Amino acid sequence: MLLEALRLALSTVFRNKLRSFLTVLGIVIGVASVIAMVTVGQGSTAQVQSDVASLGSNLLMIRPGAPGRGPGGGSNDAAPLTVADMDALVRYIPDITAATPGSAKSQTVVFGEMNHTVQISGTDNAFFGIRGWTLAFGRLFSDGEMRIGTPVCILGTTTSEALIGEGNPVGTTIRVGKISCEVIGLLAKREASTFGQDDNDIVVMPLKAFQRRISGNTNVQSISVTFRDGASAEDVTAQIQTLMRERRRLTGDQNDDFNVFDMKQISSMLTGITGVLTGLLSAVAAISLLVGGIGIMNIMLVSVTERTREIGIRMAVGATEAQVLMQFLVEAIVLSLIGGALGILLGLGLGALGSYALNISFLPDYRIIIASFIFSAFVGVVFGYFPARRAARLDPIEALRHQ
Amino acid sequence: MTQSGQSVEAPMLELRHLSKIYGVDEAKVFALDDVSLTVRKGEFIAVMGPSGSGKSTAMNILGCLDTPTSGHYLLFGTDVTGLDRDQRALLRRYFLGFIFQGFNLLARTTALENVELPLIYQGIPADERRDRAMEALTKVGLQGRADHRPSELSGGQQQRVAIARAIVTKPGLILADEPTGNLDSARGREIMELLVQLNRDEGLSVLMVTHEPDMADYANRIVTFVDGKIQSDRVRDHHAA
Ligand SMILES: Nc1ncnc2c1ncn2[C@@H]1O[C@H](COP(=O)(O)OP(=O)(O)OP(=O)(O)O)[C@@H](O)[C@H]1O
Ligand SMILES: [Mg+2]
Repeated sequence: MLLEALRLALSTVFRNKLRSFLTVLGIVIGVASVIAMVTVGQGSTAQVQSDVASLGSNLLMIRPGAPGRGPGGGSNDAAPLTVADMDALVRYIPDITAATPGSAKSQTVVFGEMNHTVQISGTDNAFFGIRGWTLAFGRLFSDGEMRIGTPVCILGTTTSEALIGEGNPVGTTIRVGKISCEVIGLLAKREASTFGQDDNDIVVMPLKAFQRRISGNTNVQSISVTFRDGASAEDVTAQIQTLMRERRRLTGDQNDDFNVFDMKQISSMLTGITGVLTGLLSAVAAISLLVGGIGIMNIMLVSVTERTREIGIRMAVGATEAQVLMQFLVEAIVLSLIGGALGILLGLGLGALGSYALNISFLPDYRIIIASFIFSAFVGVVFGYFPARRAARLDPIEALRHQ
Repeated sequence: MTQSGQSVEAPMLELRHLSKIYGVDEAKVFALDDVSLTVRKGEFIAVMGPSGSGKSTAMNILGCLDTPTSGHYLLFGTDVTGLDRDQRALLRRYFLGFIFQGFNLLARTTALENVELPLIYQGIPADERRDRAMEALTKVGLQGRADHRPSELSGGQQQRVAIARAIVTKPGLILADEPTGNLDSARGREIMELLVQLNRDEGLSVLMVTHEPDMADYANRIVTFVDGKIQSDRVRDHHAA
């Protein structure tokens, strides 16, 4: 009997394809948004987590500017940092194990016919260790190059491929802004990207070369330090703050004009934000599922009215209340499952697209897919029950007389 | 009430002081007013009477589609008055067949599928269902129209499909409310001849409402209703077996 009901439901649903499609559209949109949200959400959570891992442990970053602006705070009127600040940090705070200066500017780089806009970083060799980079080809900066600011550069794989193509770029010369720069190394490709940006799209050159030829000043935009295992981030941060206040001659009632960021904390905060966003959007999606369910109920009620005489005929030949109920309930469930299946396909498609656009990995979660399917069936049962019951309770005589 | 029949065979159905009242107080309508009637297996009864005399009301109660306000209805010796909706559905499924004035076939469904419908509710497997539906269609002379939808059939043909649907379960009793009401008299006579033949050859009992004396002539007993009461009940000898 269930099989008959299923067969009947399928033929009814497919007889009126357009109407069935419009009926389930709400469910399709609801399920698709849930799937897309969760897929992209999980991709970006995984992303942030791998960013945390790639940042290395025990990493703090110091930038000029009043606190509360975030790591990308950008230009501000606070006094800039200098290499001397970095040296002082390493010398006076024993917990700090390594420090590297960082300055970056977006520039167009040219090789032959090819040009490419990329972030140019001026730093020292400690940068590679602190940020967990290794070389695929070539070498790091020599002491001489660091000291006199020779224009040499180390490329990320994305940059290298965009300009020079696959393979070893060492020995070629590229133009960075107005200067020529010899390529001396290629970074090993890594999967991680920092908050959606491709890490492998990078040009690194000695800080002095950067300052002299690109930024035109002796400022350092940020100082990254690592501290020894066992020291707490709060403790080291406090030490850095004390030292920096002294160096920047801040008196007791003046606020800090620099920031110390714990990169790990920022990452976990971002994970949290991603989670909240996913939750919010999922709530919106759940509401659209609810609306989708009401859409199904509405059309099922119309269908029961339209098919009153059919129901009367079925009752006359011996259909029980339960059988009529079953027929309409199965039809509602079939509709919502079709909607759910279409929604899952659409959602996965959107999720893949979104992951691609945000440059994060596409991580479909089979549990969410199964849950969506079950939830669709549930929507069918809940919103199909009322119309089905109405059909089952019809008076056979009145139903036969209908129209 | 006739007592003599009981020695031969229990009556197929029996109405005892049956009343059906619609409305309340001043608006009260006695659609059926203390009706008693006995029908034996194999009878072909025409139910006549003016409009509003209670014919359809009686047929609906006999068909277990409706319940009386008072009195008793015995079907195959069992009182079915107190049965609930589902129990009445089962009685219809296994023992009764309906033919309506408006045919009441499922649109967008072939003749064969229409005839199969009651067998689906009996839980008959698909193969057997097809065979039996085909057999019923053959009996009404429509074996060649099995794949046609109602809209592709004439009125007379549609009513034959309805008859096939009514007899496919081999019910004891066929209830037909004005089966020829929507047909011209030639088509009506064809339907009547089919019913007479099924009554004679298959031993089907038939209860049929009609306004047309021509059609009532085919029956072997004519019951006439007036104002919810049976006014006359006469057996027509020339048709008695
Ligand atoms: N559902 C109902 N509610 C109220 N009154 C009803 C209802 N059904 C029938 N009646 C009344 O019961 C009486 C008998 O109706 P019924 O339909 O049995 O007549 P009928 O003999 O079949 O008439 P016709 O020949 O016109 O079909 C009529 O007075 C009718 O108005
Ligand atoms: Mg009537």
